[in-house]
Amino acid sequence: MLHQLSWKVGGQQGEGIESTGEIFSMAMNRLGYFLYGYRHFSSRIKGGHTNNKITVRATQVRAITDDLNILVAFDQETIDVNYKELSAQGIILADAKFKPKQPEDCEAPLFIVPFTEIATELGTSLMKNMVAIGATASLLDLDDSVFQSVVNEIFGRKGEVVVEKNMEAIAKGHEVMNELLGDRVGEWKLVEADGKRRMFMIGNDAVALGALTAGVRFMAAYPITPASEIMEYLIKKLPEFGGAVIQTEDEIAAATMAIGSNYGGVRAFTASAGPGLSLMMEAIGLSGMTEQPLVIVDTQRGGPSTGLPTKQEQSDLMAMIYGTHGEIPKVVIAPSTAEEAFYDTIQAFNIAEELQLPVILLTDLQLALGKQTVEPFDYSKVEIRRGKLVNEVEAPEVEKEYFKRYEDTTDGISPRVLPGIPHGIHHVTGVEHDQTGKPSETPTNREMQMNKRFRKLDALRFDMPIYTKSPHEEADVLLVGFNSTRGAIEEVQERLATEGIKANHAHIRLIFPFPTEEMQVQMAKAKKVIVVENNHTGQLANIIKMSAGGHGKIQTINKVDGTPFLPGELHNKVKEMLN
Amino acid sequence: MATFKDFRNNVKPNWCPGCGDFSVQAAIQRAAANVGIEPHELAVISGIGCSGRISGYINSYGFHGIHGRALPIAQGLKMANRNLNVIASGGDGDGFAIGMGHTIHGLRRNLDLTYIIMDNQIYGLTKGQTSPRSAAGFVTKSTPGGAIEPDVKPLELALSTGATFVAQGFSTDIKELTAIIEAGIQHKGFSFINVFSPCVTYNKVNTYDWFKENLTKLSDIEGYDPTNREAAMNTVMQHDGLVTGIIYHDTETPCYQSKADRFDEQALVGQELMMGETKFNELVKEFM
Repeated sequence: MLHQLSWKVGGQQGEGIESTGEIFSMAMNRLGYFLYGYRHFSSRIKGGHTNNKITVRATQVRAITDDLNILVAFDQETIDVNYKELSAQGIILADAKFKPKQPEDCEAPLFIVPFTEIATELGTSLMKNMVAIGATASLLDLDDSVFQSVVNEIFGRKGEVVVEKNMEAIAKGHEVMNELLGDRVGEWKLVEADGKRRMFMIGNDAVALGALTAGVRFMAAYPITPASEIMEYLIKKLPEFGGAVIQTEDEIAAATMAIGSNYGGVRAFTASAGPGLSLMMEAIGLSGMTEQPLVIVDTQRGGPSTGLPTKQEQSDLMAMIYGTHGEIPKVVIAPSTAEEAFYDTIQAFNIAEELQLPVILLTDLQLALGKQTVEPFDYSKVEIRRGKLVNEVEAPEVEKEYFKRYEDTTDGISPRVLPGIPHGIHHVTGVEHDQTGKPSETPTNREMQMNKRFRKLDALRFDMPIYTKSPHEEADVLLVGFNSTRGAIEEVQERLATEGIKANHAHIRLIFPFPTEEMQVQMAKAKKVIVVENNHTGQLANIIKMSAGGHGKIQTINKVDGTPFLPGELHNKVKEMLN
Repeated sequence: MATFKDFRNNVKPNWCPGCGDFSVQAAIQRAAANVGIEPHELAVISGIGCSGRISGYINSYGFHGIHGRALPIAQGLKMANRNLNVIASGGDGDGFAIGMGHTIHGLRRNLDLTYIIMDNQIYGLTKGQTSPRSAAGFVTKSTPGGAIEPDVKPLELALSTGATFVAQGFSTDIKELTAIIEAGIQHKGFSFINVFSPCVTYNKVNTYDWFKENLTKLSDIEGYDPTNREAAMNTVMQHDGLVTGIIYHDTETPCYQSKADRFDEQALVGQELMMGETKFNELVKEFM
C-alpha cells in the first residue's frame, strides 16, 4: 500500500501525452486524492520529448516528488531521460511498438505492453493512451468505472460509440496488464482517499476565475507561454457576461488598452510573461503617473530575452518592482498556490482601484501551469472594493472649471470620476500635472503630486503579506521563498522536523511594498535564514536585505536550470548549509 | 444643446501662431456640437507631440497618453463604454512611426471610434526631424542629405487594411473638415481621418500655399463614389494622395462590438461586478 504515488507519462510532443495525464489525474481527483502536476515541454508544436509527472496522495500535496513509482513510456527517449528518477519500487510500462530497451544500469522492471497494437485492434491507434491508463489502473488496482465520468466528459460530444471504445481500451489495458503482473497486481495500490470532490486546476485557471469573479469584463492580451491559458479561459467565459477579450497586436497595445478600459471604469487587465512585460513598461509608467488602475499578471518563465520560454524561473522580481523609468507607486503580489492566486487576483483588482495604481500579480511557470488540487473557493470571501469612485458631480462654481481628479488629499487618494459623467470633466496626462490634470511643471506642484502619489501606498491593506508556518520561537533556520517553491519548502520543513532540526517557513506574498516588520519578526526567531529562489542573483534575498536587514544571516539557494526545486534536492542543500 | 463654444475650455494652446492644429481643434469642437453631443459625452484621447496636446484644449474628457498609444487607449475606453464618443488623435509620427502597428490593427479591428491624424509631415516638438510622412529627398536635421525612405501613403494604407471610413481634410478648409469629422463620428466603425495640418515653423515645403496648389477636392470630381473601394484606391493613386473629402465609406460592415460574441449592448461600465453565488458555484464546478 502506497501513501504517495508518483506517476509519469512521456513521449513525443503532440501524441496525446498531456491528455493521458489529464484523464488519469481527473479520475484520481474525483476519488478525493490530492494531486500536483508538472509538465515538461518544449517550445514547439510537435515532436520533442514531453512528459507529465503527477504526484497523488490522500493529503494536500504542493510539490513534485524527486522519485517516481510508475513511468509510462511511449518512446525510448522517455525511458532514457527519466529512468534514473525511478524509486526502488519503480516500474516502467512501455509501448511494445517502439521495441523498448532497458538501459544497462536500470534496475526497475520493464513491462512491455502492446498499447498501440491493442488500440489499433479496437479501431484507432490514438487510443493507446487509454490502454496505458487501463494498465495503470491494474497497477493501482482501480476499478475501470472510476474513469467513466471523465471519459464521458471528454469524448461525449464525439458520440456514445467513441465513449464505449475508449472505456473498452481502458478495460483491455487493465486486463493485459493484470496478466503481465501476475501476483504483483495492486502492489501500487494507494491509501484510500476521502472521496470528496475538489477543484483541480492550474494557477492560470485560478487567476482567470479570480479576474472574472472580481468583475473583470475586458481583457486585452497577446499570446505567450506560460500565460495564454488565462486569456483562453476568459475568451470562453467573458461573452456569458457581455464582456470580451481582444487579442492585440502586441503587449504594448494589451497594457494600454487595459488602461483605457480602466479609465472608462471597467475592470480590465492583461497577462503575459517576461518578454511581454518588457514591452509593457511604458504602460506601467503611464498607469502610475495618470493614476489609472491597472492589473498585469506576470507568469514568470526563464529569461532573459526569449530565455527558456517553457521552463521555470523566478527572475522578474526586480524588474517588476522597479520596472518603468522614473518613480511610481506600485504593488507587487506573489501568490504561492492556486488558491492564493484566486484570492490574490481579486485583491489585485481591489487594490488597483482603491489606490489607483498598477498592481503586478506575479506568478511563475510552475504555479501557472502545474495542475493542483484545491479546496473549492468560497464566494462569501469575495469582496469588491472600488475606492473613491465618484458617480455624481455637482456643477462647478466657475464655469468649465475642471474636476480635481488629482486632488491633494490626506491619504493621497483622489476622487475618481469616469468619463461620461456630467461635470466630471478633467484632463489625464502622463505629463506632470496639477490637481485638475492640466500639465504643470512648477516645482511646488511637482513635489506635491509626487508626494501625493507615493502617500497612497500607506493606505494599502493586505491580509497576510507573508504566509508563515513558524512553530519555533528559536528556530535553527528560517526557509524563505515565494511563488511555487511553497510545496518543496513545506516538505523540507517536515523532513527537517523528523531529523530534529527546527525550521520555520516564511513565504513572501506581498513583494512590494515589502512587509519589513513582519519579516524582521520572522528573521529574529531563527539563527539562519535561507532564501530559496529560481534565479541566479538572489533577487528576493537582496530585497529582504534592502528592506529588512539581516545581511549576516541570509544565505541563498538558487537554481536556474529551468526545473522547479524538488523536495529531496532542496533538503540536501539546506542540510549542507546547516552543517 | 451644446454649441461649439461649450467645447472650448480656458486653456491657451502652446502651438506656434499659424499652426494647422488650431483649425483641427476648432473643427472637432464644431463637429461635436453639430452631431448633438454634450462635452461630457466626448472623450479625446491623444498621443505625444504638438498634436498630442489637443486633448487638453477641448472641453471634454481628455487623455493625453504616451507616444503612439492613443489608439489602444481609445479602444480600451470604447470597449468599456460604448455610449461615449471617442476621438483618438495624434500626429503623423504617432500614427505612422511609433504607433503604426496600432493604426493598422485599429483599422482592421473597426471599433466605433474616430481617429484624426494631424499630419504635418515633420517632427515639430523635437524641433525638425524627418517623419514617415516626409517625402523622399526631404531635408531635415535628421536627414541633411534628404530623406532616403519614401513616405507612408496614409490613404492607400487605410484602404488596403480593411478601413470602413477613410477621409482626408486640410486644416484651412474648416467647413469641409468639420463635415468630414461629423461623418466620422456618426460612422458606426473606425473612422480614419488624415488631416494636412501644416507646421509653419519646420516644414517649409508642405506649406499652406503648397497644399492650396496641389490639393483636389473629391467634391469637385464628378460622379465620385465613396462606396467603391477600387475606385477610391485609383483616385487616391492618380492624385498621389493629394485629395480631400470622404474617400471611402463602407456603411454595411458592422463594427467590432456588434460582431463580438454576445457583447453587451449596454455600456459595460454600467454592469454589476458581483456575479452572484449561483453563477460562481457553476464556474467552480467546472473544475471539479
